[in-house]
Amino acid sequence: MDTVIAYLPSILRGTWITIAVALCSILLAVLLGLLGAWGKLAVSKVANIFADAYTTLIRGVPDLVLMLLLFYGGQQLLNDLGDYTGLWGYIEINHFTAGVFTIGFIYGAYMTETFRGAYLAIPSGQIEAGVACGMSPGLVFGRIIWPQLVRYALPSFGNNWLVLLKTTALVSVLGLHELVWESFTAGRSTRQLFSFFFVTLLIYLVLTAISDVGLRWLDRKYSVGVRRA
Amino acid sequence: MEPEERAPSLLEAIKDFSEHSSPVDFVIIAQHWEMFLTGIGYTLLIVAVSLIVGGALSLPLAVARAYRTPIVNQIIFGYVYVFRGTPLLVQLYLVYYGLGQFEAVRDSIFWPVLKDPLWCTLLTFVLNTAAYTTEIFRGAIEAIPYGEVEAAKACGMSSFQRTTRIVLPNALRRALPAYSNEIIFMLHGSVVASTVTIVDILGAGRILNSKYYLAYEGFLAAAVLYMLLVLIITRGFKVWEKHWHAHLRPREV
Repeated sequence: MDTVIAYLPSILRGTWITIAVALCSILLAVLLGLLGAWGKLAVSKVANIFADAYTTLIRGVPDLVLMLLLFYGGQQLLNDLGDYTGLWGYIEINHFTAGVFTIGFIYGAYMTETFRGAYLAIPSGQIEAGVACGMSPGLVFGRIIWPQLVRYALPSFGNNWLVLLKTTALVSVLGLHELVWESFTAGRSTRQLFSFFFVTLLIYLVLTAISDVGLRWLDRKYSVGVRRA
Repeated sequence: MEPEERAPSLLEAIKDFSEHSSPVDFVIIAQHWEMFLTGIGYTLLIVAVSLIVGGALSLPLAVARAYRTPIVNQIIFGYVYVFRGTPLLVQLYLVYYGLGQFEAVRDSIFWPVLKDPLWCTLLTFVLNTAAYTTEIFRGAIEAIPYGEVEAAKACGMSSFQRTTRIVLPNALRRALPAYSNEIIFMLHGSVVASTVTIVDILGAGRILNSKYYLAYEGFLAAAVLYMLLVLIITRGFKVWEKHWHAHLRPREV
């Protein structure tokens, strides 16, 4: 245990980076999810096709494969494109950005389904009633759709968040110095890999437990006025 | 005199196009089809063994959870909570890299098994999927209409008979959609095996990339293969579900 305590600063730094990656990518995922849900529900056929392709492609491929593909392939593609057009020189994407973008991009597809399902759960009569009262589309969204969208999306959002949090461990494979990477390095140099991975396991457990409490609180907040049997 | 120049054959033309003009070098992927085939074999082996052993393990656990067997229930809850609350990658690292830290483990008769990456992967994956499946089955058992259990009691069935004749056959059918999701998750999760040197589909892709210093060919091939597998599994489950859910379909009038 003493060795783990000696390495505590780097472990905590890694934990902080893990949390930062998770928070940034969930933000991106929510934005992409809203955009994707809009694309799936839009009247435009083109938007439908794009959104459908996005969700089926992403959800069919394992996250680590996509992560490696986007990290190595995406960088190559960006540089080839820069070479070809001459608009920009050599770019090196840093690990943090790459991790956030790939995780956000992947979970955006899952969030698309979350928000689509939540939108469909809102009775269309309410939206019609809003329009009939003379509300502008923005007002209908802000007052009628959004509060209920959050309520219906919350259970599935919570699931996605917990899965996303665990997925951040994979970013260590790209080489980002987050929790798993830090404990791997520390464990290897002290030859105490078990102790360090055990601590990592506990930290993840604490993070999911805190998320559980937070999600339950959000659920209570947004189900005000819902009667439960 | 021999002809100075001969027209390139079709095969050479394709090869040349693939290597120099096309953004993705297809020929190099095709040349390594055997490696990818072994990769598919390993992926399927890992997923199938974990699902079968893990599924068998989860049945008694789910029953104990659903029937609220005292003490056992709490222990199983703890096990499920730990395995569902932590990343599979860390679990695998803990088993594969971690266990060697203890001399007792290294000196024990299990060491030949525990230092082998494939055995470690199977062990971790079995425990992981058993935790998730326990929750799925528990939910399905608890969702069974109580009237069915009551009817079985009224017929004089013992608790064991009720479980094996009424509860489990019904619960397993209802769990099918959620379970098909778990299979996809397991297939997706199996890629972390490539981080402990196993040559599964992603492992094959990584080898190809590092061997020829490529950026995407190997990963792209792996992505396509995984997608095909997912497609086949989801299609297969649709057919299967239709068969096992025949009694739940609305009656045609």
